[in-house]
Amino acid sequence: MAELGKEEPERRMLMMGNEAIARGALEAGVDFCSGYPGNPASEILDTLSKLADKLHFHVEWSVNEIVALEAAGAAAFSGLRALSAMKNLGADVCADFLMTVNLSGTRGGFVLVTGDDPSAHSTTSELDTRNYARLAEIPLLEPATTQEAKDMTRWAFDLSEELGLICMVRTVTRISHSRGVVKFGQMLRRDRKASIDPQDMWTSGSSNITCMFHGILHEKIKTAQERFEESEFNWYVGKEDAEFVIVTSGTGWLYTLEAVRLLGIEEDVGIMKLGTTWPLPRKFVAGHLREAKEVLFVEETDPFLEQNVKIAAADMAVTDVGPIRFYGKESKHVRGEFGAGTGELNVDIVIKALAETRGLEYAPVAKEYLEKTQKMLGSYVPARTMSFCAGCPHRASLYAIKKALKWDGRNGFVTGDIGCYSLSMLPTGFSLAKTLHCMGAGIGTANGFGNLEKFGMDKPVVALAGDSTFYHACIPGLINARWNGANLLLVVLDNATTAMTGHQPHPGSGINALKRLSPKVPVENICEAIGVETRICDPFHIDEATRSLYEMLQTKGAKVMIFRHECPLAFPKEKPATVYVDQEKCIGTECGCAAFCTRVFGCPGNIWDYEKGKAKIDEALCNGCGLCAQLCPKGAIIVKEAA
Amino acid sequence: MSRRLLERMFEEPLNVIITGVGGQGNVLASKILATVAVESGFYASVGETYGAAQRGGAVMSHVRISKDGQYGPLTPQGKGDIILGFEPVECLRTIGSFGNKKTRIIVNPRPIYPIDVLSGATEYPHVDSVLQAIRELVSSVYVVEATELAKEVGAPIIQNMAMLGCLAGAGLTPFEYEAFREATSEEFSEKGRARNLRALELGYERIKTLKPL
Repeated sequence: MAELGKEEPERRMLMMGNEAIARGALEAGVDFCSGYPGNPASEILDTLSKLADKLHFHVEWSVNEIVALEAAGAAAFSGLRALSAMKNLGADVCADFLMTVNLSGTRGGFVLVTGDDPSAHSTTSELDTRNYARLAEIPLLEPATTQEAKDMTRWAFDLSEELGLICMVRTVTRISHSRGVVKFGQMLRRDRKASIDPQDMWTSGSSNITCMFHGILHEKIKTAQERFEESEFNWYVGKEDAEFVIVTSGTGWLYTLEAVRLLGIEEDVGIMKLGTTWPLPRKFVAGHLREAKEVLFVEETDPFLEQNVKIAAADMAVTDVGPIRFYGKESKHVRGEFGAGTGELNVDIVIKALAETRGLEYAPVAKEYLEKTQKMLGSYVPARTMSFCAGCPHRASLYAIKKALKWDGRNGFVTGDIGCYSLSMLPTGFSLAKTLHCMGAGIGTANGFGNLEKFGMDKPVVALAGDSTFYHACIPGLINARWNGANLLLVVLDNATTAMTGHQPHPGSGINALKRLSPKVPVENICEAIGVETRICDPFHIDEATRSLYEMLQTKGAKVMIFRHECPLAFPKEKPATVYVDQEKCIGTECGCAAFCTRVFGCPGNIWDYEKGKAKIDEALCNGCGLCAQLCPKGAIIVKEAA
Repeated sequence: MSRRLLERMFEEPLNVIITGVGGQGNVLASKILATVAVESGFYASVGETYGAAQRGGAVMSHVRISKDGQYGPLTPQGKGDIILGFEPVECLRTIGSFGNKKTRIIVNPRPIYPIDVLSGATEYPHVDSVLQAIRELVSSVYVVEATELAKEVGAPIIQNMAMLGCLAGAGLTPFEYEAFREATSEEFSEKGRARNLRALELGYERIKTLKPL
């Protein structure tokens, strides 16, 4: 990691897209960085936080994305260079500020990096944040390679300063989480001083002032468009003045190149690669579509370029471009498994679109081979749904909730939230959660369910929140529940880290992004201040945890149970206990409800010895938590503490 | 960008896919392999799926190595040249999307049971049948008990390094073993370096004693 912070211009290094974005910010001499962890953007701040001490700039994990963007905004108003990085749904959280800071402008370079997740690998939405750039009228850059991820981030600061306007860099999972070779550039010297001058007024105003700022924003975006016409991030390759042109951005660039090559049509088509996608560089686009009769759009998620180019083409139809037939998501030629405009792109999707529009045949493998593999897969490849890690405290917590709800007998249910414990919707979390949306929606929806008694709702509701999620988005929901008398039990799954995104600290950790000691803000202090009954329990004390939850379900009002146990991945034991099955004692499938440990509890470390018909521990997975030993009705699981 | 550059980008790349289950160390193995390629003067792109990485889902890393240019992070269907299977069923699943008759396989035959199997919702096939199916679909298969090798250095979890050692020793890539050793040394701090290098070495030595199926 230290390598990333070295000067060494011209050095070539393999790096992840997110590291490249961090390097771009370093080369731009960034002063202030903020964000909230979320896939696929987390490693941008992770990387910067490891270099901040040495290079003397500010990095913070903020409590949520809007605080992050506002804090970065303040640094930018003060003349510093500031960056905020977040996942796609994080852009939603900070949208309020974004829709006003565009009007107030900036003095120092101000860059927002959003990480979209086409195919929603680890997100609950395929939201395409490019729409925010159009909505907020701010310049948008879309890197197509790791190299561009660095170069564009760096340039975004210059552009932002020139325009006095926040700029956006949109990355996606396949840029952020890919690795490629990146050539370093010069690092800018940093000697900026922060100041707010007496005449400064950073605001979107109201009334006439707002309208005036709105007019200025239109002018700024027009200047951005002029810069984009000349941008080195846009280019055209292939047949000059082609009749068939592929217009692409982001990951689509390399996928298109490969698809064109695999189909052997390099001589027949032109490829226009756009890196500056909002505002659209119309003259550049028109210049390469002069002879075009057909255009295919290749881009991630929404038909964003597609719509913008179509609008531009309609405007320019009389003078610059002739009638064009457009192919893409709106024509359904570019489509994934779930239809056009869903799922992430890949080379095969581009090949299919090209084959269909150009009347070509392409078979990646012979038909017989495909049939044979499908048959083999059908016979020998079971599904593999995600599960909690071995030793995960969430499994214990959810098991306690499941049992307490069963004792309660009113068919209570769970509202889920965002984190590893989102798996509460799946069998590994005993399929307890009935709702799952965005950060804070667990307690938010529980506020509604908990106030539906007069409409016949007779089931108790348990809302989940991780510790980091609690700070991020659950406090207003808890205050609301107290204020409006919602009946709900909030279970805070406190594993002392932001586990899902790579173990970043949070306000309860006692350390900050730089791993320096910082004051703790304990969850229980906040809950008690709100005035709700609050209990704390270690979920690995499974009987006590279950009993306590059951008791809390028997009274009305809003209550909080904090299940506190550290994530074993973030805080591994130096010498974990050895757990094994005494197969003499194990009664195999005769037990309880037939193999209680594997069938009911579902820890991947509890496996089955098919030869002996008894339980067994997978020593490669088990991390010695010993909870299964507490649950085994026969006491056949033995925990041997390390010496 | 010139046409020449466009053409240069498309010499046939070497597509290595590392497949397994979240927590098996895919990402690390792919990073080291790509570093080996870059340090040996090649281009490398790596595409990997996080998210499920620590949560028992199927995970895959694509390492695309080229002499002449950067490729996209995902291998097209049927274009996998080498598949490093950390788990037998996941190896077969990956062949389903990226395998072809010429694909070469190195597979760790040790199952990691899906939660769906443990709960009784579905069954895990006999490992021999899975290996047989793999054999029928590709050109060559090395079966390496990499978890057992990793146990020899006291950490079954680092089968990933043993498997990487196998790749280095199988003669399927143009890279020197020393480059693997160097990249591995670089990757680990003092604490884990020795045992990871040892696992790499055990894999490297073991594969030389095996004949592919």
